[in-house]
Formats: sequence, C-alpha cells, structure tokens
Amino acid sequence: MSNPSRMRAVHKDGITEVRVLMSHVMETGLRKDETGAFIPAHFITEVTARHEGEVVLQVQFGPSVSTNPYLVFSFRGGARDELVSLSWVDNRGDTRTDEVPIR
Amino acid sequence: MILTDPQRRTVLKSGSGALLLGMLLAAGLLPGGEAQAGWNSAAFAAEELNAVLQAMGAEEVSASDELAILAPEIAENGAEVPIGVTSKLADTEYIAILVENNPRPLGAAFILTPQSVPTVQTRFKMGQTSFVRTVVKAGGRLYTARREVIVTRGGCGF
Repeated sequence: MSNPSRMRAVHKDGITEVRVLMSHVMETGLRKDETGAFIPAHFITEVTARHEGEVVLQVQFGPSVSTNPYLVFSFRGGARDELVSLSWVDNRGDTRTDEVPIR
Repeated sequence: MILTDPQRRTVLKSGSGALLLGMLLAAGLLPGGEAQAGWNSAAFAAEELNAVLQAMGAEEVSASDELAILAPEIAENGAEVPIGVTSKLADTEYIAILVENNPRPLGAAFILTPQSVPTVQTRFKMGQTSFVRTVVKAGGRLYTARREVIVTRGGCGF
C-alpha cells in the first residue's frame, strides 16, 4: 500500500499552480546491493493530473527522477474548492490517486 | 512495458530474441495527433544521448532562445537537483528534460494540454556534472536548449 502524495493547488489570476510531493522509492534498477546483485527497478513511470476530472497534464518519468518525486506545474483555470487529482502508475503496475481542493 | 534484466537476458538468449525485444520496445514518444503515447521504454532505457534522441524521433531539432532551463549552477546534492523548463514558444505541447551524462539520459517528458502553462519542474538524480538539455515540441516543430549543471556530490548511488 503506497503512501499518499502531498499536494497543494492554489489559484491566482486565472492560473492554478500545483505542487506535489509523491511518495515512492524510485529505484533505478542500476544500483547493486551488498552481494553485487542489481536491486530491481521500481519507479513511477506515468503521472496524470486532472482538474475536475479533465486531464491537464501527463508526465512520463524515467529512473533519473529523484526518490519521492516532486512536481510543479500550472494550468489555466480552476476555482476555489474545485478538485485537482494526481494519479501515478509505476513499472510494477502499482497505482494510486490523490486529490485536493484548489485553494 | 519494462523488462527486468533477467527477463531481457532470457529473451536475448533465444535466437529471435533481439528481434522480439525490438518489437516489444515502444516507439514514438513525441505526441502526434490524438493518440497519447504511452511510456516510451526505448527512449527511457537508452544509455546515450543520440540513442535517446533517436528513440524520441528528435534527431532534427533547432536550438531556441525561447527555452529557459531553471537549474542550480552548482548542485550540492546530486540526489535531488531541481530542474525546470519554461517555454516561451507558442503552442508548446511537449517538454522533455534530459541529463546528458546520466546512465539513462532521458529524465522526464511532459505532455501538455491546451490548459497547460508551459512551465514544469521536477527533481532529478544527477551522477556527475552534466549538461541538462530540454527538447520541446511547439507548433509541430522541435526545439532544444541546454545548460551545464555542476554536481559536487553525485546522486546515483553507484
């Protein structure tokens, strides 16, 4: 069971800015453990941001993205209390969605 | 679809493995028309800049002054280097961020919508000092810019 993304969406002058901190190990698959074996890759590959159910941004991550991925993006529109959701999928097929009302 | 190292070795061992592997790798990262590209494993798995650009279909790009890369001049923690891109180009639909000297140079790709403001930011692991490059698709054409980020302590954990 994954940990929640921490997210904040603020609107100002017709633009909503979203800052997200996702919780994920983002293991590259290139590191080795003490025995010399590769630690398997485990990282978020796709992120989808929605505003009131409509996609406003899609992001594809590679293994270089830092552990606990941070993301900042903005979209035109949005009003107080409307919902912004953020979904991610990782390379093992795990997925989660979190949502937050716009302030 | 991502193959783990043991799976890739198994596929390659069988005679037609290389061909099968090639067929399994997705192509076409850049959005074209209404189809949304899935995760482009060929581009994200490529180990060298030219291979990344080829897998992205981005071998022919023009340098642009309308792209700003936000990054520290010196990154003291290579595990978390904040990197952003702002595009002043009209009709920006796609922004990719690459860390040229990373083992897997393609860091992230952003597929914008008409509502998107063309500024995006995330954080990357950087193994060493490197050029950070952006490839942007705007108005159906490809543009690029890059800037160097000095890394004092590499963050790839090798």
